[in-house]
Amino acid sequence: MHEINIEKKILMKNDEIASGTRLAFRKMGIFAINMVSSPGSGKTSIIEESVKKLGVKAGGIAVIEGDQETELDKKRIERCGVPAHQITTGRACHLDAEMICSALEWVMDQKNLKLLIIENVGNMVCPAEYDLGEEMMVVILSVAEGDDKPLKYPALFNAADVLIINKIDLTPQTNFDIERAKKNALKINPGLKIFTTSCTTGEGITEWCAFIAGLAAKGTEVKE
Amino acid sequence: MHEISLIKTILETVKKEMTVCGAKKLNSITLRVGTLTAVEPVALRFAFNSSIEKTDMQNAVLEIVESKLKGRCRDCGTGFNMTELDSLCPICGGGDVKRVSGTELDIISIDVD
Ligand SMILES: Nc1nc2c(ncn2[C@@H]2O[C@H](COP(=O)(O)OP(=O)(O)O)[C@@H](O)[C@H]2O)c(=O)[nH]1
Ligand SMILES: [Mg+2]
Ligand SMILES: [Zn+2]
Repeated sequence: MHEINIEKKILMKNDEIASGTRLAFRKMGIFAINMVSSPGSGKTSIIEESVKKLGVKAGGIAVIEGDQETELDKKRIERCGVPAHQITTGRACHLDAEMICSALEWVMDQKNLKLLIIENVGNMVCPAEYDLGEEMMVVILSVAEGDDKPLKYPALFNAADVLIINKIDLTPQTNFDIERAKKNALKINPGLKIFTTSCTTGEGITEWCAFIAGLAAKGTEVKE
Repeated sequence: MHEISLIKTILETVKKEMTVCGAKKLNSITLRVGTLTAVEPVALRFAFNSSIEKTDMQNAVLEIVESKLKGRCRDCGTGFNMTELDSLCPICGGGDVKRVSGTELDIISIDVD
């Protein structure tokens, strides 16, 4: 019997592929964001509202849709006039770096791309561990889910850069306390940038869009 | 959930190492799992046991070393134990805290014949 020292990250290979993808995106001038939430929190709706707001000018935005089975979200995005690429993950409950890496060719075919939005599979657990090569991870929490959600999924809120609290139009119908949700999230991750939105009334979408447009800089601008 | 795919990745790495060292039999794998990860040790064990069933690794044992969440405040320099739900400095209340440990997901070592 003898011990062999290994000392390696379990997800070393995923991290290496993600770093390569990130470099490729940067060289192409693309700002990539990874949108994560439970199923039904409003990822696709926020992407739809965002691309409408940002304007679909000269191919500045593209979307990668991760789903276990269907292509429905891809079709929703295409209806907004934005190119979308579907990754069906089958049994895998999250996107990984390899899946995004194999979509690089499609990404390169999109003209003048500045902003790439990746919609992850609806899941609050696994995506926390898988770097996709994005610049920014965005977690979406809808008020229908309860303001204690950050406390239940601390790893995800810790990994994220941005939190969007969506469906705020439903706040009167729930006991969701926006300030408490913010406080819970900020305790876990004091660096989180927080937005509150409603895809139904459009509230907060302008602020969120101004923020990502600023990050994607030269390529996109907010339409008033 | 993703514990199955983590175990698959771990076993791939382990097999590679064993080939390199010319090891014949796997006795144990030791992992480091941070408190602030999306990995559940119970689920990880379950995934491990079902993955090695009826293979030449079936007697191997999974050892999990839990890594506690620790932080250091960049404002006042205090080092402290954190819970995953609170990242603020207990001394000055500052939020600029560096995580020193607790987010690892590592293979530490293997034991082989
Ligand atoms: N009331 C309300 N419903 C919303 C809002 N955003 C999304 N929805 C609805 O929530 C459901 C799930 O949204 P979807 O974007 O498909 O969620 P996803 O699974 O995270 O992509 C749909 O029926 C949307 O119309 C919102 O801000 N307010
Ligand atoms: Mg969707
Ligand atoms: Zn301090």
